[in-house]
Amino acid sequence: MDKFETLTGIAAPMPLVNIDTDMIIPKQFLKTIKRSGLGANLFDEMRFDRQGNEIPEFVLNQDAYREAQILVAGDNFGCGSSREHAPWAIKDFGIRCVISTSFADIFYNNCFKNGILPIALPQEAVDVLMKDAEKGANARMTVDLENQTVTTSDGESFSFEVDAFKKHCLLEGLDDIGLTMEKAGSIDTFEAQAAQARPWV
Amino acid sequence: MSPKTLYDKIWDAHVAHEAEDGTCLLYIDRHLVHEVTSPQAFEGLRMARRKVRAPEKTIAVPDHNVPTTAGREDPKNMTEDSAIQVAALDKNAKDFGIHYYPVSDVRQGIVHIVGPEQGWTLPGMTVVCGDSHTATHGAFGALAHGIGTSEVEHVLATQTLIQKKSKNMKVEITGKLRPGVTAKDITLSVIGETGTAGGTGYVIEYCGEAIRDLSMEGRMTVCNMAIEGGARAGLIAPDEKTFEYVKGRPHAPKGAQFEAALAWWKTLFSDDDAHWDKVITIKGEDIAPVVTWGTSPEDVLPITANVPSADDFEGGKVGAAQRSLDYMGLTPGTPLSDIEIDTVFIGSCTNGRIEDLRAAAEILKGKKIKVKRAMVVPGSGLVRAQAEEEGLADIFKEAGFEWRLAGCSMCLAMNPDQLAEDERCASTSNRNFEGRQGYKGRTHLVSPGMAAAAAITGKLTDVRELM
Repeated sequence: MDKFETLTGIAAPMPLVNIDTDMIIPKQFLKTIKRSGLGANLFDEMRFDRQGNEIPEFVLNQDAYREAQILVAGDNFGCGSSREHAPWAIKDFGIRCVISTSFADIFYNNCFKNGILPIALPQEAVDVLMKDAEKGANARMTVDLENQTVTTSDGESFSFEVDAFKKHCLLEGLDDIGLTMEKAGSIDTFEAQAAQARPWV
Repeated sequence: MSPKTLYDKIWDAHVAHEAEDGTCLLYIDRHLVHEVTSPQAFEGLRMARRKVRAPEKTIAVPDHNVPTTAGREDPKNMTEDSAIQVAALDKNAKDFGIHYYPVSDVRQGIVHIVGPEQGWTLPGMTVVCGDSHTATHGAFGALAHGIGTSEVEHVLATQTLIQKKSKNMKVEITGKLRPGVTAKDITLSVIGETGTAGGTGYVIEYCGEAIRDLSMEGRMTVCNMAIEGGARAGLIAPDEKTFEYVKGRPHAPKGAQFEAALAWWKTLFSDDDAHWDKVITIKGEDIAPVVTWGTSPEDVLPITANVPSADDFEGGKVGAAQRSLDYMGLTPGTPLSDIEIDTVFIGSCTNGRIEDLRAAAEILKGKKIKVKRAMVVPGSGLVRAQAEEEGLADIFKEAGFEWRLAGCSMCLAMNPDQLAEDERCASTSNRNFEGRQGYKGRTHLVSPGMAAAAAITGKLTDVRELM
């Protein structure tokens, strides 16, 4: 997995609540058996008309935001299905960090497995960051995972919380399965005990 | 010993390792797999030369992207992408030695219907699947939730998940339901109350007389939509109805093993003075037959209400409500029961079980549909066979419904079962998101009885008027 340490980049504003995984990557793109190439269809139905032309009003179609690496969004981002195609599409587009007041649980977890940092902040902080994002390409936001801060283009800084284990894995780019395999002894022991206690499982 | 919730008890029985910071390896008893979110996970295993740790606890069935029309056993009758995903699952199931129900098997169906039907899902288990509606299995008092594809790979390789414990929420539905009110109305009403993020970070336990009174089918409907309220999982404590349902299922324990299991299952309830981080209480008698008007499952109103206005909301929801009204093509103030419907869809892991088909058929008996099209997609081949045996299929067909083969179908519309632009659907599924049932399709979520009522009148209809 790619490491995430610090990121300075353009932030795109999406001040819409309940952006769901069907919006992020519509189901017709779930027919792939690969993880790659989904960025072209990120937010497909908001971004393109049926003829495949860009919808100019959509934020990522505006010149200032084509290279966005950060997304600032409304409450409850990533609600809906468990499809990991959503973070795959976000990452493939080039976005490495999503900021909102809250995230749906499965999406939040999926981000960390793909080198994406989801940051939850209080409404007041998200409001400030949304305003900063609306300034366009000249305004660059900085995210520092080690120090757990987001800083606006004006230098206003906000601290965020992140689970220590998830932070460690993201900073180091660690593979979860490899880490768990190191605890195979504990799993073997548990499995043997469980087979005694609940043999019907 | 300190008092525990049901969630605490199941959690504690499955922690294989706990780090100092509270990060746990949670052991997984059942891993359900389908064709859409698993190919990349199996590919990951192959690339790392890893095996499936517990193939005997892993069950695969294609459901999301399969056609629901006749002749689908032949891949030539599938779209090319469906055929590729199904062929990949066929091969992965064979190569890794996991249990498998191919489309040609009468036991095939939606993974969350097949699991309980075959007795794979049992009280006190941990159950995961690369699908958010895994919460369904919570109806058995199993800790069940959806996971992403990376976690599917993690469970395949290690039979564990890296987890931190969620908080405990109690949702109590007191007293009796009124006639015409169903499990679907309960679960939608709870989401209407809490919002789609109200359950984020929690595991919900549903309890109270109205929940106890529900059949296992109804309980599955309630838990199924826990995720729509943001909760990782929904649970209902097992009772005699649960044990009766489980007994004799193909993969349920038998004889002395069943008795041993039963002894443990009977300890699976929340202790009287257990700690709850959040409690919500709704009176059963206050719940009406409901419909959704917008593009979020929290946009719930009784069928007797009118379409709201964006001004009725606050904060970020004002813009979202306006966007929903525009998308849905609705004018504020319109009675919901005046909204004309083009299509009716009965099925899905929310409402594709035999009881749901019975409820719809009861309303449809001897009537004809007024909508442009209506389809029933049974949740499994066995549900379909039972409905045919009970004469329900004839009622549907005579009313003008299409009688399909089992699968997820128009719930997520990955296969050709889709809405056209602006087509308006009364649907027994679980999500009314923009584009969910087809590009620019408009979805109103309802119970099976309400869907049948809409089919007959051509409008959203209060099912109580037809009872």
